[in-house]
Amino acid sequence: MEKTKYPQVEMEIRKWGSKPSSLIQVLHGVQEGVGYLSQNVLKYTAERLNVPLSKVYGVVTFYNFFKTQKDADHIIMICMGTACYVKNGEEVVKAIENYLSIKLGEKTSDGKFSLQIVRCLGACGLAPVISIDGDDVYGKLTPEKAVEVIKRYQ
Amino acid sequence: MKIYRIHALICAGAQCIAAGGNGFEEALKNELKKHNIEEEVSVVETGCMGACQLGPLLVVYPEGIMYTNVEAKDAKEIVEEHFLKGRPVKRLMWKKEGEEEFPELKDIPFFAKQTKIVLRNCGLINPEDINEYIARDGYKALAKAVAEMEPKDVIDVVKESGLRGRGGAGFPTGLKWSFAANQDSEEKYIICNADEGDPGAYMDRSILEGDPHSVIEGMMITGYAIGSSVGYIYVRAEYPLAVRRLKMAIKQAKQAGLLGKNIFGTNFSFDMVLMMGAGAFVCGEETALINSIEGKRGEPRKKPPFPAISGLFGKPTIINNVETLANLPVIVDKGAKFFKQFGTEKSPGTKVFALAGNVNISGLVEVPMGTSLRKIVFDIGGGIPEGHTFKGALTGGPSGGVIPMEFIDTPVDYESLPDLGTIMGSGGLIIMDERSCMVDVAKFFLKFTVDESCGKCVPCREGTRQMLKILERITLGRGREEDIDRLEKMGELIKLTALCGLGQTAPNPVLSTLKYFKEEYLAHIIDKKCPAGVCQFSALKEGRKKHEAKIAH
Repeated sequence: MEKTKYPQVEMEIRKWGSKPSSLIQVLHGVQEGVGYLSQNVLKYTAERLNVPLSKVYGVVTFYNFFKTQKDADHIIMICMGTACYVKNGEEVVKAIENYLSIKLGEKTSDGKFSLQIVRCLGACGLAPVISIDGDDVYGKLTPEKAVEVIKRYQ
Repeated sequence: MKIYRIHALICAGAQCIAAGGNGFEEALKNELKKHNIEEEVSVVETGCMGACQLGPLLVVYPEGIMYTNVEAKDAKEIVEEHFLKGRPVKRLMWKKEGEEEFPELKDIPFFAKQTKIVLRNCGLINPEDINEYIARDGYKALAKAVAEMEPKDVIDVVKESGLRGRGGAGFPTGLKWSFAANQDSEEKYIICNADEGDPGAYMDRSILEGDPHSVIEGMMITGYAIGSSVGYIYVRAEYPLAVRRLKMAIKQAKQAGLLGKNIFGTNFSFDMVLMMGAGAFVCGEETALINSIEGKRGEPRKKPPFPAISGLFGKPTIINNVETLANLPVIVDKGAKFFKQFGTEKSPGTKVFALAGNVNISGLVEVPMGTSLRKIVFDIGGGIPEGHTFKGALTGGPSGGVIPMEFIDTPVDYESLPDLGTIMGSGGLIIMDERSCMVDVAKFFLKFTVDESCGKCVPCREGTRQMLKILERITLGRGREEDIDRLEKMGELIKLTALCGLGQTAPNPVLSTLKYFKEEYLAHIIDKKCPAGVCQFSALKEGRKKHEAKIAH
């Protein structure tokens, strides 16, 4: 494989070093830049870090954070930590599922939204909470408010 | 140095930002510009102030007046009335129950009844400016340690202080250090466990965001004590703001010469690496965390050997929790005696709790160890929302259990909680009222454990799954009387046989709710009723209809 084919991987390897222990941090960096980890990227990374491909797959599938397929334009993460659960987070889940006509873990057919559960965003004072695209956090939601928030991203 | 007439502290903790804090700050700055008093008022972004539910928060000094739920449109009134005419805007001030406002921050019970050691700087200083940390005696303890003390002395002070690991298990920190210090190894490592996994807890997040240097200083003190020159911070990827502020803090400390080679002109050198987790709860377990830093699947290792003997890359490794590390500068600077005046004899110091759930003021609170749950929930947290009654408090997250009303006066410390069948945990404290169903709560946590079980050992992988099946059956109204006995037996078995601490404590939520709320389980099983009205038995009715239809045929 040509080196220049995956500059993102090379960049991360320069940062973390070409050793097996860099694997997770390299994958993190690549996913942040490219959005997901394609099969070819994984193969290339395995070769460069001298880790068997099976081990790389083992790591990628172990951690929730890594994705092997292109994700939707907007990733909705619904917090299902204990505080959100006690404060009726389930209702918010149902409202969003109904509104987008998808279930948890699915993607809308137009590829605009995907719906995931996250184990605590650490914003328990604002429960129930959702985050969109990682950085935008919305709290003190009701089922109606949650749908309103999603509408803003359409 | 510039002197300001007014200091306006805006909480820039993640929750206040999420609640809309950013818009207010801009509006405030615009107003200051409009009235040409930018030179008189210093606007400071601080870390978490604690009263997260009432955010965005603003504190104005010298008076010490706290404004809650501020919005961009309030900026004009605050500047024109308060800053220019000296008349605080009563409408926005923290109110007592009877609409009367508290004059100052120190009069508000939520703050007045707390004791802040770990959160000493949170909400007071700008976490993105190392000078503000230094002005609050920051890095003084490190200087004292490396310049005036032998590593052994540092360990002795920490041992004498009685500090216990705040991650959950409460192991004496000084003792753990001495194991690693006694190892004869060229390389040793320090790991800061910032993989805060308990769903419903955010103490570590707030410390990292509000006072990152206190954690860095704590790690360096640990490094000096055990003879290590490399520290890893393993932080959750779900905490982007904490990652950003840590990066910034490490950079500033390096620029200031406080981190790097020959610190304070001594032979002590220390370097730090920031690593991101990847969304696995089990990585909060120390040996799983080590595997993750090594780039492997985060599965726990068997102990012994303990990490203090053979940990990261097979070298002696000390893993301390964020809150534990943030305590260290105070202990080294002010001495063991100072620290021991807080808390109980066996659990000295304070503990930070993330108070959340059905309580009037949810937020971050720090109290001396041994404070009663009643004081935390009712005096500080303002009690339960009107019209509802306290049912139980969850501590320790998926590894803990429920404390019912009858034990609300129990002192919260490392000794008392296990007697009640729960654990201190890392500090998540979720309050529930009569609207929560205890069987459903147990199911919630068990589902969490089943999802997050790494699958390495059978008791955790299969055992928790079977327990969950039983609980699901009960919450659908299909429970059998022998289920209770079966849950208890399986729970005890998993406790005895699982590989890691997380597996061994996984049955706790079930066992503890069974202990105190057995009648609720029985109501589900025998009367087919959920007293809290949470569980829906509609599936049962459909099942019955089908069954009856079958018989009719």
